[in-house]
Amino acid sequence: MKPAIKRIIFIVILVGLWELGSRLGLWTELILPSPTSVFTALYHGFADKTLIWDLIASFRRLAIGLTLALIIGTSIGILIAKSKTADDTIGSMLLALQSVPSIVWLPLAIMWFGLNDKAVIFVVILGGTFVMALNIRTGIKNVSPLYIRAAQTMGSKGIDLFIRVIFPASIPYVVTGSRLAWAFAWRALMAGELLSTGPGLGYTLSYASDFGNMSLVIGVIIIIGIIGSIVDQLIFQRIEKSVANRWGL
Amino acid sequence: MFISINQLNKQFLDKNDQPTTVLKDIELDIEKGEFVSILGPSGCGKSTLLSIVAGLTSATNGEILVEDKKITKPGKDRGMVFQEAALFPWINVIENVMFPLKKEMSKQEATAQAKKYLQMVQLSNYLEHYPHELSGGMQQRVSIARALAMDPEILLMDEPFGALDEQTRTRLHGQLEEIWIKTKKTVLFVTHSISESIKLSDRIIVMGTRPGTILTDIKVDIPRPRREHKEDMLELEEHVMSYLKKEIDKVVSEELNHETSH
Ligand SMILES: Nc1ncnc2c1ncn2[C@@H]1O[C@H](COP(=O)(O)OP(=O)(O)OP(=O)(O)O)[C@@H](O)[C@H]1O
Ligand SMILES: [Mg+2]
Repeated sequence: MKPAIKRIIFIVILVGLWELGSRLGLWTELILPSPTSVFTALYHGFADKTLIWDLIASFRRLAIGLTLALIIGTSIGILIAKSKTADDTIGSMLLALQSVPSIVWLPLAIMWFGLNDKAVIFVVILGGTFVMALNIRTGIKNVSPLYIRAAQTMGSKGIDLFIRVIFPASIPYVVTGSRLAWAFAWRALMAGELLSTGPGLGYTLSYASDFGNMSLVIGVIIIIGIIGSIVDQLIFQRIEKSVANRWGL
Repeated sequence: MFISINQLNKQFLDKNDQPTTVLKDIELDIEKGEFVSILGPSGCGKSTLLSIVAGLTSATNGEILVEDKKITKPGKDRGMVFQEAALFPWINVIENVMFPLKKEMSKQEATAQAKKYLQMVQLSNYLEHYPHELSGGMQQRVSIARALAMDPEILLMDEPFGALDEQTRTRLHGQLEEIWIKTKKTVLFVTHSISESIKLSDRIIVMGTRPGTILTDIKVDIPRPRREHKEDMLELEEHVMSYLKKEIDKVVSEELNHETSH
């Protein structure tokens, strides 16, 4: 049996048991609403477009934050890969920063930017930047010396060597870095939105919780999970695989 | 003299930062258009010597002149083929061969030039393939085409066929000889196969080890195509072997001593 089919059967069974438990009254709707209620809540959310506005708002913050994180992360990564001094100073600090969950910066961000989009985008950027920088650094440092020597015998050096050989050779790390940056940024975004103002998926989640709308809470959690796994598996893992294949890894 | 290597020495620092001499007083003159093999046991410094000629490694002292110009850095007058094909996996075959041509030629000219050399190594049907889709032998032919495409005066080859199976190797020997006759390049060919060096070269430089020195310089006076002169080749093989045997024995016994002393 194909893994995809196994997965579908598994989910169907899980949802079936959940529905069954609700109908048998093993738990109350207040604690765990039934799949039907969750589905209805989602349906209403999409019908009156609130969830659509939430998705648009969340993706806008993510797009801005992640793009900046990738650009800044790549620049820092190149800098610390190329300069020993930068690596000894900035490089070692990155490891420390990377171990701080980026949501920790939100109170600071709110003081600086106020309780708004900017603060959330700021934590998204922090979420993605460090892991990208560290991966770019590793990628550049791991470029096979053979490629560099071969390119040198063909007259390539300096910037030309970097653009045509060193950077493309580290593409597998760029892809992995981007995937991890996305994952961290996505988590940072949700955490940031929970504590900030709407619209946004995270905001709707905390709003629904405040009003005891458990069906919507679970519905939004499911949306967050589905988006996360679609982006990771359908987009990044595919790119990673095809890159690894071509790069002969 | 076309290439002249004068009093070349190379030292590396070992683990304890002590200098060890890898090449000692190398003296070698090579004429334009010659096919010269460098033969020697593992670790005698063949790759190091080739890499100094390529300009990738600097000598500790001594110098290498090509047409009276001292070599200090890599240049397009010297193409290099490594033991592993060293093709760039992110671009296809023809783009790999065009790599050295990007700056000095229009795209059209570069494409034409690349196609010409890919045809020479009989890979015209694989222009759009990516390196990971080719066999080891095909990859090595692409890297030969790539080195030839920038039309260097000198072709440096470091055990280019070392990783290939016997049949592929034999076929590539034929192709390389043809290319050499057609293009009149000066070839410096590193190998540790005696028969390979006899099959291909005008001269064989036999190196000894620890430190790497030139033991002897043997002229191969067998008319081409050489496969029609099996007897002469075998005879020369014995002759070369007599030089190499002592060196190989030396390496083996040193390694054995090294092991027992631990
Ligand atoms: N970068 C380096 N630093 C220190 N020692 C080196 C370095 N490169 C080579 N050596 C040493 O120099 C010696 C010669 O190496 P080289 O690779 O030139 O040998 P070789 O003749 O090409 O051997 P093989 O036939 O196995 O390829 C070896 O003992 C090696 O350990
Ligand atoms: Mg070698």
